[in-house]
Amino acid sequence: MQTEIVLAGFGGQGILFAGQLLAYAAMDSGKEVTWIPSYGPEMRGGTANCTVIIADEEIGSPTVRNPKAVLAFNLPSLDKYEPMVIQGGVLIANQSLINRQVQRTDIVHVMIPANEIAEEIGDKRLTNMVMLGALLHKLPVLTLEAIEKTLEERLPARRKHLLGLNSQALRRGAEFAQREPAYSV
Amino acid sequence: MARELLEGNMAMAEAAIRAGVQAYFGYPITPQTELLEWMAKRMPELGRAFVQAESEVAAINMVYGAACTGVRVMSSSSSPGVSLMMEGLSYIAGTELPVVLIDVVRGGPGLGNIAPSQGDYNQIVHGGGHGDYHPIVLAPASVQEAVDLVVLAFDLAEKYRSIVVVLADGNIGQMMEPVELPEMQPVERPIPDWAVRGCEGRGRRVLSSIYIKPEEEEVTNLRLLQRWQTVQDNEIRYREYFMDDAEIVVLGYGTAGRIAFSAVRQARAEGIPVGLFRPVSLSPYPYAQVKAIAQRAKAMLVVEMNTGQMLDDVLRAVEGKVPVEFYGRLGGVVPYPDEILDEIRRIARGPISIGVDPRQAWMKRLSQLIMN
Repeated sequence: MQTEIVLAGFGGQGILFAGQLLAYAAMDSGKEVTWIPSYGPEMRGGTANCTVIIADEEIGSPTVRNPKAVLAFNLPSLDKYEPMVIQGGVLIANQSLINRQVQRTDIVHVMIPANEIAEEIGDKRLTNMVMLGALLHKLPVLTLEAIEKTLEERLPARRKHLLGLNSQALRRGAEFAQREPAYSV
Repeated sequence: MARELLEGNMAMAEAAIRAGVQAYFGYPITPQTELLEWMAKRMPELGRAFVQAESEVAAINMVYGAACTGVRVMSSSSSPGVSLMMEGLSYIAGTELPVVLIDVVRGGPGLGNIAPSQGDYNQIVHGGGHGDYHPIVLAPASVQEAVDLVVLAFDLAEKYRSIVVVLADGNIGQMMEPVELPEMQPVERPIPDWAVRGCEGRGRRVLSSIYIKPEEEEVTNLRLLQRWQTVQDNEIRYREYFMDDAEIVVLGYGTAGRIAFSAVRQARAEGIPVGLFRPVSLSPYPYAQVKAIAQRAKAMLVVEMNTGQMLDDVLRAVEGKVPVEFYGRLGGVVPYPDEILDEIRRIARGPISIGVDPRQAWMKRLSQLIMN
């Protein structure tokens, strides 16, 4: 049994970090995990993305064509990855930077104004945590507590003061997703 | 020991450090640069030698010089950089020195691109520098295996006074996975009895790849070959998955091997009796094991990220005993597991073409796939 999650957006949105946080939390929870970035030249100016695979057994391919979940942080990422989500999978789309609706009707999706929520909490850089919180509500592959524990253990001392904000962002994302009806078949 | 989440390049660098590497010489190139970067930070911290040379040519010759003193020494690069090192590697082979090289292969030929590829199999496994020699070549499929093989590489290099190449690719270099790192080994080890580092109180030693008299070079070539026979007898490594009752056997190494593993696992879930044979030592190659598989399998499928370079080794071992099919993606394109799964299903459905060149047949299928 394995879960594949693609995080996609543009540079500076904390895509790779959010993916690494998932990977660390998965490892700390005793699971097998692979994190792989797209490291091609498209990283400069275009979409930045990474794939995280969390599993109970040895992981084969580090990438898959049809992931179980996608976090689309901007419109180009939604355009690219919406068709890829596996049937019955989960799509979290950042409404703040996306001016269209999700077309698929055979997946669970959440349109979340992640930038605005992050700004309400006090820092736009928390967008990735809001998105992650929404994901983990719809796809409970790890608990929010597991993410928080990993943050607490692995954030360097000089960043420890950000723990509370990160935690708030995760929880606000999850709460938003909870209020959203599940658009699923 | 606690697991750490490490990127492949950094993990390989740290593994070399724990294995007691005393000197590193290199030159940056994507997708391998993080390895050199890690060395740049860690080696001086530990009082060991790190030099970013002015070119790969210089780096490999620094490796050559350091290796003559009997210390643990290595370099790392990616495809075009490794091409530049070939002359130096040949001199190292001719001088019978233990050296470890990590090659994080990218798409080619030429400048190519920075995506993961297996296009350098023939260059590293069968080719390399000029002259009659064989390097030992090990191919990891995960970050943990990369760590383990780097440590093994130093031991094998010294045991056989051989070049050992860890043949990775951009995926292995760039991905992060949990790893258990080995314990830090002591750097001080007995100085080999061939090393040159000052001869006060003893006779002179000479290390060279020059044998100006052909008769002496012949003796040297024969000695290299005899040593290689010992390597072949003792250092074959591979991994098997679902092989007990496998009627169809998929063969792939490194990244292609682990992608094939996903496909094989899924095909098993569909009830197809398929297994995976993943060579870990590409040189020496597990010919005997592949030959034995050919005695009992109904069909074989070779999967690579190149135009079928290991395929030729498989065909050599199979000797026409069983139909062999091929699937490859090229130039830095990495296959998804579903592509390989489709191949397995096609073979399971049959009929399997016999007497058809597997590469020719695949070219037709790939052309259709790419053109669509």
